[in-house]
Amino acid sequence: MAAVKETVETVGEIEKYKYGFFTDIESEKAPLGLTEDTVRFISAKKDEPEWLLEWRLAAFRRWQTMTEPTWAKVTYPPIDFQDAYYYSAPKQTVKLDSLDQVDPKLLETYEKLGIPLTEQKMLAGVAVDAVFDSVSVVTTFKEKLAEAGVIFCPMSEAVKKHPELVKKYLGSVVPSSDNFYATLNSAVFSEGSFVYIPEGVRCPMELSTYFRINEKQTGQFERTLIIADKGSYVSYLEGCTAPQRDENQLHAAVVELIAHDDAEIKYSTVQNWFPGDEEGKGGVYNFVTKRGDCRGENSKISWTQVETGSAITWKYPSCILRGDNSRGEFYSIAISNGRQQVDSGTKMIHLGRNTTSRIVSKGISAGRSSNTYRGLVSVHRKAENVRNFTQCDSLLIGDRCSAHTVPYIETKNPTAILEHEATTSKIGDDQLFYCMQRGIGEEEAVALIVNGFCRDVLQQLPMEFAVEAQKLVGISLEGSVG
Amino acid sequence: MLEIRNLHVTVGGKEILKGIDLDIRAGEVHAIMGPNGSGKSTLSYVLAGRDGYVVTEGSIRFKGKDLLEMNVDERAAAGVFLAFQYPLEIPGVTTMTFLKTALNAQRRARGEEELDAVRFLKLVREKSRPLNVSDDMLKRSLNVGYSGGEKKRAEVLQMSLLEPVLAVLDETDSGLDIDALKTVAEGVNALRSPERAMVVITHYQRLLDYIVPDVVHVLSQGRIVKTGGKDLALELEKSGYAEYGADAA
Ligand SMILES: Nc1ncnc2c1ncn2[C@@H]1O[C@H](COP(=O)(O)OP(=O)(O)OP(=O)(O)O)[C@@H](O)[C@H]1O
Ligand SMILES: [Mg+2]
Repeated sequence: MAAVKETVETVGEIEKYKYGFFTDIESEKAPLGLTEDTVRFISAKKDEPEWLLEWRLAAFRRWQTMTEPTWAKVTYPPIDFQDAYYYSAPKQTVKLDSLDQVDPKLLETYEKLGIPLTEQKMLAGVAVDAVFDSVSVVTTFKEKLAEAGVIFCPMSEAVKKHPELVKKYLGSVVPSSDNFYATLNSAVFSEGSFVYIPEGVRCPMELSTYFRINEKQTGQFERTLIIADKGSYVSYLEGCTAPQRDENQLHAAVVELIAHDDAEIKYSTVQNWFPGDEEGKGGVYNFVTKRGDCRGENSKISWTQVETGSAITWKYPSCILRGDNSRGEFYSIAISNGRQQVDSGTKMIHLGRNTTSRIVSKGISAGRSSNTYRGLVSVHRKAENVRNFTQCDSLLIGDRCSAHTVPYIETKNPTAILEHEATTSKIGDDQLFYCMQRGIGEEEAVALIVNGFCRDVLQQLPMEFAVEAQKLVGISLEGSVG
Repeated sequence: MLEIRNLHVTVGGKEILKGIDLDIRAGEVHAIMGPNGSGKSTLSYVLAGRDGYVVTEGSIRFKGKDLLEMNVDERAAAGVFLAFQYPLEIPGVTTMTFLKTALNAQRRARGEEELDAVRFLKLVREKSRPLNVSDDMLKRSLNVGYSGGEKKRAEVLQMSLLEPVLAVLDETDSGLDIDALKTVAEGVNALRSPERAMVVITHYQRLLDYIVPDVVHVLSQGRIVKTGGKDLALELEKSGYAEYGADAA
């Protein structure tokens, strides 16, 4: 470890000398590499209070003592953390005049996904005409949310306007020392959202609609914090079915959810980052820490994810079931094709009495990909009458891919009832023949069968996204047969 | 409409069809009977284009075109329909969704306009009613948990919705109770038309009481050993296949 630290420090010295960036606070980009100065630079850029800088620095120092986890079933060349940029000012996207200027391949995909024309323009960064005034739509949303008392803003804004909330909850679910990537994120996060739903409030809209209209900037190290106060409800949708390319290969987001008494948070994700070329080159490495804390009694947190992109996915949205009678749910579709590697699953940590959890995981592997479900159900000593139901289904397409299921169970209370079901199947030639005999082309037949396989999970998605996600399932498996 | 010439087919390295000649004209209904393992389903799969059924000799022309040159889905769009002896289950895909996907895929392939949800629903209702296929069944996963008889009725529903030019029914009568048999036969008869031809594979004369064939063939050990009118089925019912060199069916 000492050697690493030394290198880090040396690099820091050189960079400081070369750019002298302490005075160069106007620079849009932090110098290459990661040192304490980089962390200070980011914090200064964001005009953060002292406590947050200290928090970041503590995380950074901690991170320097940590090593990358290697237990996941993924392989990739070593990441040189000093050969990356950790901050760049939000990109000013160049507005194009019309869709004609957009990469036709991208448009083709939008078309297949059935994304409305206006939204296509917004996603591709084309100036939107007066027919659909996105600014006014956003304003209407904002007004509606404000009326309900809902706080929904970028993390940096929340730090300024609601410091007491941020201070109270940030890192309270995923401590800054949690794991290598979460700690890195704690040191250098620069974007993300903050949501607070006050007591008894049912958030008047899906917090997705807003995003899609608002052309969300997705960052490399996002930090999201959602707090549902007593008796409140919110449904939040992250991501986009439209393919996203990013020049940053490494992504390490942290999402923290807190549900107080009788509150419910439904968090849905559609992840479609660039998976890399046929050889798996250039794809995004996605190392995510997502955790929900059912802090109050009768609270509920539900994760639904559709993972189709990225070269490497390392992701385990989890629930800490602390409050009595609380409930955690995890619904997942993970598709891997080409050379993609997915190691994903969940952890359900039962601490409270009568807590229940449900896990439904659908893994689909095609091409030469590898797809692992890794899940933990843990029941603590005082957690009486715990129930868990786990269902892990794997579907294989072709014979060069692989699927693995790694369930861990730890029970310290004999009253727990845990059920686990697992299946592995292949798309049968006879099933395909049957569909094709009805006139359905091979790729459409695969999409149809896979969508059927995923149905239980697709049904958990908010309506507007379910349809797109269904199409995405088909698109991400294109070229996987024949 | 369909001309099969000297058709030889091997499956898994074994020759199953050993020189079939068959001519079917538009408007005709042909019955094919024959003992178990004689190659009836094999013939139906070859018509549909299933992988692993290798044509080593001979030809099949459909509406003047070389059928063997076409993909499975192209044949379907051109009007070849096979009611499976053992219909496949597609978990998570409702019968409704499956029907819509199939119909619209065929329409697309033929350059026709796709049906929207409303028009499609109307059409399905219209076609399901006479076959006693309930809305509940349409909402369930295709063939999953269907009884034997329900599966067969679902096959006929698919046929009447897709309105094929050449329909091959492989033992669609097996597993049906007597009422269902009548219902299915009515469904099939409703599709009889001067433009359409049908091949009905069956073991039982009973079905042919309802679907009266123009021609009856006996297939035995990969060859058509006898061809006659509808009375041939009656004879077979009495005497069995012994005289055609087969074990009793
Ligand atoms: N993959 C295979 N490899 C070898 N032989 C096969 C294969 N598939 C089918 N057969 C054989 O081909 C022969 C014809 O089978 P087919 O299913 O066409 O008979 P059938 O006339 O439809 O019989 P039934 O009346 O029982 O439905 C049988 O002997 C069967 O065992
Ligand atoms: Mg048969």
